[in-house]
Amino acid sequence: MKKVYINSIASISPQKTYDNSRFLDEIINYNDTVIFAQDPDYKQYIPPAAARRMAKGIKMGVVASKIAMDEAGIETVDAIITGTGMGCMIDSEKFVSAIIDNNEQYLTPTSFIQSTHNTVAGQIALGMECKAYNFTYVHSAISVESALLDAKMQLENDEAEHILVGGVEELGEHTTKVHRAINHIKPEAVTISGVLDSKTEGAVFSEGANFFVVSNEKTKSCYAELVAVETFNTLQKEKVSEAIENFLKENNLKIDDIDLVVFGNNGDVDFDGYYNKLSEGIFSKTQQVFYKHLVGENNTVSAFGVWLASKILKTQAVPEIVKLNEINTSEFKTVLCYNQYRGQNHSLVLLRKC
Amino acid sequence: MSKGVAITGMGIISAIGNNVAENYDALINERKGITRVDNVKTIQRDEIMVGEVKFTNDELIAQLNLPPENNYSRTAMLGVIAAKEAIANAGITDIKKYKTGIISGTSVGGMDMTEKYYYEYLTEKEPQKYIESHHAGDSTQKIAEQLGIEQSLVTTISTACSSAANAIMLGARLIKSRKLDRVVVGGADCLSKFTINGFKTLMILSDTFNTPFDENRKGLNLGEAAAFLVLESDEIVKAENKKVLAYVKGYGNANDAFHQTASSDNGDGATLAMEKALRVADLKASEIDYINAHGTATGNNDLSEGRAILRIFGEEMPEFSSTKAFTGHTLAAAGAIEAVYSVLALQNNIIFPNLNFKTPMKEFSMIPQTELKKKELNTVLSNSLGFGGNCSTVIFSKEA
Repeated sequence: MKKVYINSIASISPQKTYDNSRFLDEIINYNDTVIFAQDPDYKQYIPPAAARRMAKGIKMGVVASKIAMDEAGIETVDAIITGTGMGCMIDSEKFVSAIIDNNEQYLTPTSFIQSTHNTVAGQIALGMECKAYNFTYVHSAISVESALLDAKMQLENDEAEHILVGGVEELGEHTTKVHRAINHIKPEAVTISGVLDSKTEGAVFSEGANFFVVSNEKTKSCYAELVAVETFNTLQKEKVSEAIENFLKENNLKIDDIDLVVFGNNGDVDFDGYYNKLSEGIFSKTQQVFYKHLVGENNTVSAFGVWLASKILKTQAVPEIVKLNEINTSEFKTVLCYNQYRGQNHSLVLLRKC
Repeated sequence: MSKGVAITGMGIISAIGNNVAENYDALINERKGITRVDNVKTIQRDEIMVGEVKFTNDELIAQLNLPPENNYSRTAMLGVIAAKEAIANAGITDIKKYKTGIISGTSVGGMDMTEKYYYEYLTEKEPQKYIESHHAGDSTQKIAEQLGIEQSLVTTISTACSSAANAIMLGARLIKSRKLDRVVVGGADCLSKFTINGFKTLMILSDTFNTPFDENRKGLNLGEAAAFLVLESDEIVKAENKKVLAYVKGYGNANDAFHQTASSDNGDGATLAMEKALRVADLKASEIDYINAHGTATGNNDLSEGRAILRIFGEEMPEFSSTKAFTGHTLAAAGAIEAVYSVLALQNNIIFPNLNFKTPMKEFSMIPQTELKKKELNTVLSNSLGFGGNCSTVIFSKEA
């Protein structure tokens, strides 16, 4: 079986992460309940006429994919695999509301066409004229992990050499209101330093796109080796430690071998317990970092966790702003990312220095 | 690479039957399930025909014994019915005995409830329970729960009309890579105002019975359905002395990279998908005994797919037919519905007719099989083509 490497990364998020030469050196200090992605200069990547027809998610996905392809220094790939938990919300909302508001009359097809979940993957393929394998996973918080797992299998078995993998999520106005109504969004604005101590239910909702080129050959730009990915539809709070230990064992590792753990805490008082239990338990002696205070919560934001881990492995530096505990490790070789959303769809991603 | 993955169970609910036996009976008796729509309130009712499961949501809730406070979308309920039949058919009594996952394809997901309660969600408490059932993964999550699949790989694919074919593909690869011992694969989609109006604006809905591969085809009939297959590792088949219904022998996915919704005139994507599937199956085109075509009866699909089939099979064209005239186009579920039909074809050595065909298309001389035909079948190739240029082929075989 071949090894799998993350050879390039790209992130469009509520922080200015779209420039790969920088690493969280300038932080936007939000005080809100919903935060939007910082726009890169889309014109640089997409002709303005085409960009006007695209909803934000499509634009973010297309541009993040181009940043990742540029850094990997390749023109095409053997597969394009995306993840999106909510899909193209803006066009979906446009089409549903038009149906209701106009009683199924005077409708035009554009928003329907662009509401399809695989729009971003399809647009990337169109732009690259890439006729290869093209999949889109749409399973809530493990959408992008499903994409990584699929890519990893193909690369290990040498069915592909380079695969573009990414997650994308856009905020839709109505969907945000609706999620506010059921308290999935925080009731009051919180600052990035206040999120974890907010003691309220819900999360700060957000959007973004995180893309990677994964390959079965290491290139100069390599960030990390993608060692293992596993997802769980359900996992009780008491079982998470056991699941992690089993996962590590399958990869011939012990807790002590983990130099850094990346947690998906979002400050939701009802669900952060999953992380806290690990933080105080099996990982109490391990350096811990988190990121959702900077980039909010969405179904594919765990890909930002992978982005963060990749950056740390490559630079061997941890920005102060992501540190969750006082432990400081001198060398980062093995990093584990753990995420879940509302107690379901748990994921473990294991990365190693390349 | 050429060894197939065993299919040990299957389940289905569609416009032509509530289980595998009823679907087979309708297929061999040429009984189509295309009618006016009853369960979706739409002003398009008199202008379109659909392939509808005639149970109301309340009837489905009762059938599944769901509590009144449940928040199942119709997609989830159809999915549970088909998945449960597949598990029973595979003789599985203890789902936890082996590492079992589920991969489902859907495009509508919980949109049926979202479009019903879109504005009410903001003001009414009662329907708010459905907010969490909107996202596509919810139906799969619920099917997994109903089957007792816990702490496992459960995921959802949405690549428009090839979703379920892609779920079968991923499932087969997960078994081959030994990530799972057993995996339930398929798809579910219900009818909705969203898709009815969406396809209406694209002007590809027929106002009468759809006629795949006919020169005068007027478009597709939308359908709703769910179907699932159980795939198991050779080790389970051996240990449990399992009866194997058929094998997933080959699979391929490619992208047309031509247009967001339309297929290229010469069917590049579909050609590539069929080539890949034949390569994985280690079969020559001449070794395919029957093609279950995507054949949606839209002008664009049948021309593009027809040309792709011609490119692959040329003079050695086996019988081909589309079963969309029976069921309508069930979108993300189509690949799973037609997987069940492909397995039934193999089991019974029978080719299902392409109903409603009269006039050959002027672009080529391809004539679908229009009557039920007995033929010794060893291999069936099934196509599923979707928006975003997504093209998938799965090959089923009698022997591993």
